[in-house]
Amino acid sequence: MNQPNLKKETIVERLSGGDMLIRALQDEGVDFIFGYPGGAALHIYDAIFKQQRVQHILVRHEQAATHMADGYARATGRPGVALVTSGPGATNAITGIATAFMDSIPMIVISGQVANDLIGTDSFQETDMVGISRPVVKHSFMVKSAAEIPSVVKKAFYIATTGRPGPVVIDVPKDTTDPSVLFDYVYPETVKMRSYSPATRGHSGQIRKAVDLLLAAKRPVVYAGGGVIQGEACEVLTELTRFLDFPITNTLMGLGCYPATDPLFLGMLGMHGTFEANMAMHHSDLILAVGARFDDRVTNDPEKFCPGARVIHIDVDPASISKIIEAEVPIVGPAEPVLRDMLALLRERLAAAPDLLDRAAHQQWREQIAGWRRQHGLDHHQLERAVPGVVIKPQAVVQCLYQVTDGEAYVTSDVGQHQMFAAQYYHFDAPRRWINSGGLGTMGFGLPSAMGVKLALPDAVVACVTGEGSIQMNIQELSTCAQYGLAVKVVNLNNQALGMVKQWQDMQYGGRHSHSTYQDSLPDFLRLVEAYGHVGIRVDEVGDLEPAMREAFSEKLKDRLVFLDVAVDPDEHVYPMAIKGGSMCDMFLSRTEQS
Amino acid sequence: MRRIISVLLENEAGALSRVVGLFAQRNYNIETLTVAPTEDPTLSRLTLTTVGDDRKIEQITKHLNKLIEVIKVVDLSEGEHVERELMLVKVKAVGAQRAEVKRTADIFRAQVVDVTGSAYTVQVTGSSDKLDAFIRAIGELSILEVVRSGVSGLSRGEKVVSL
Ligand SMILES: Cc1ncc(C[n+]2csc(CCOP(=O)(O)OP(=O)(O)O)c2C)c(N)n1
Ligand SMILES: [Mg+2]
Repeated sequence: MNQPNLKKETIVERLSGGDMLIRALQDEGVDFIFGYPGGAALHIYDAIFKQQRVQHILVRHEQAATHMADGYARATGRPGVALVTSGPGATNAITGIATAFMDSIPMIVISGQVANDLIGTDSFQETDMVGISRPVVKHSFMVKSAAEIPSVVKKAFYIATTGRPGPVVIDVPKDTTDPSVLFDYVYPETVKMRSYSPATRGHSGQIRKAVDLLLAAKRPVVYAGGGVIQGEACEVLTELTRFLDFPITNTLMGLGCYPATDPLFLGMLGMHGTFEANMAMHHSDLILAVGARFDDRVTNDPEKFCPGARVIHIDVDPASISKIIEAEVPIVGPAEPVLRDMLALLRERLAAAPDLLDRAAHQQWREQIAGWRRQHGLDHHQLERAVPGVVIKPQAVVQCLYQVTDGEAYVTSDVGQHQMFAAQYYHFDAPRRWINSGGLGTMGFGLPSAMGVKLALPDAVVACVTGEGSIQMNIQELSTCAQYGLAVKVVNLNNQALGMVKQWQDMQYGGRHSHSTYQDSLPDFLRLVEAYGHVGIRVDEVGDLEPAMREAFSEKLKDRLVFLDVAVDPDEHVYPMAIKGGSMCDMFLSRTEQS
Repeated sequence: MRRIISVLLENEAGALSRVVGLFAQRNYNIETLTVAPTEDPTLSRLTLTTVGDDRKIEQITKHLNKLIEVIKVVDLSEGEHVERELMLVKVKAVGAQRAEVKRTADIFRAQVVDVTGSAYTVQVTGSSDKLDAFIRAIGELSILEVVRSGVSGLSRGEKVVSL
């Protein structure tokens, strides 16, 4: 690869490989490293000790370090950085790397490696990190000599943050960080790689074709995903959607890219999407897909997908286009400039001929959708109607959280029913507020990602909606929270079961609950969190829910981690739920109804 | 349908494993694979043959292009092209067989490159079909060992795959 241009500065510092690595992170503007030390990383740790600009957060498990870096990245848009040692440190990081990879999150993972002369000898704590991580990284580097550290770091950040973002691993053999060998340190100002040049604009001819389709549509729907958030295109997407008055739905990853409380918003689509969103997709004649990838959790059976719809697909990754669903108008490019060009052209065309849009048809279409919503839309008033003495509905807890936090919280979640309830019932009006593992579905993501958000945005209200199953996958991080005073609020929807698994067993396995419950082995969460030095509140009665929620988010407990353990209905299911093998409009709507 | 895909990539440690890993990971199959540095030692040229419908091949080329070290990807089978494969075959050659093997080699414009009292080693070059035909002509029973290089190819005419 071409060497990045070197800065033409005169004063050159002499630094060791370890110091250069940390110095390069400083030069990239990194403020936090989430990590865990070990033999192969000790030179790097010593370099961290000698400086103040980058703060290191000591986690309790490397998986959590990657999720923290991930949460940091999702909340801020800046790449998160994790540091682990070789061998078990590196393998522990894999789940977090895969999680970031599936959701296209910019992340840098630095792994210590045994010294070059030991590589390949099955030496202590040696693993082929580049090999193990290869299928779940955007790219990886093995540092061959200390001298290349600055340019490798520069390239790693460039690759992680441009095009379709993703995690990049830098594997650093111990000898390349040797404190006794010094090098001239110069951080490259720019980077140019002949083999990597992500698209920066959309093809204007394609955009023109797309505009023709948009103008001709009678039953259009905008289908927007996480790429809109990653591509910083939420504002222009909102502008375009409102300009056209088109209904819009978001994927699980896209929630917040369009204001959820806006009347044009149909809610989430897909497996647990709203009735109206899935019906609108199925009956549409045009789908404008932006930064979304027609995931199998969205399309249901691709053969039966939206039979009458023409498809415009905007994505920065050409491999996402026409992978599952053939796009009539593919547009490769970053969402922001593509949508901006599209909007400008639409404005121009409509200024010249305002009748180009069939507004009457659109009006009728929106009314049809409103009808679907009235028929089977989500019930957003379960909290108000909750009956004292009756077991608490998990949906009502999310509604309560929404009200108490005025819809302004950063909400992270784990994986399961609680995740779907959070996605369905917390209305996200701004991007980057909803943080969850959509692609990989990683239980254990919620708490550490919330911690990453809280460190990045100390003044923000950060809530982790979790389940008693998921929280136990990274519960040791309560200790990290104590060390750094991370006042995240954990809302545990405790249904005493791996609820989502149990739901599938109810629906597809004749109610045989094979290993989805714990037989009274759950810990006393209050005593557990108190043991870590935090505040625990238990809620069993619906009347106590709101006061407890208010207390958790009160001024008094502003600086404390509060763990709200809420006993919720163990028999609740998430609906709607797509009927496997059907089209998008085939849904279970309750235990007894189908669409 | 069989396709010949030609890839120009950085000649760096690990680049090849990313290409091979991609095929394994996405359930694409590789029938043949050849790779070597080009006239510019910082670049490698890789040729692989695979089978798949248009959709699959489109995905393969897109994913290959996404690999950071890959510079160019061309589906040679899309246009007119030249393809060659080299094969070395060790054949039983005793008695009357000796003349028979030699005659077959001549028909295929193959060369006998090593001779012992009981075996010939024959070198055949050409399209993969021609190599298959040679094996059929010799007859499996007389074949002791076969090694094939995998396909290399270039498009016909002035078109080139370069930086
Ligand atoms: C690491 C991991 N293992 C297994 C699964 C499969 N899985 C998906 S949801 C779920 C149950 C989660 O239980 P809990 O956290 O209590 O959430 P609930 O569904 O009860 O709300 C499981 C086991 C997963 N997503 N991630
Ligand atoms: Mg549970």
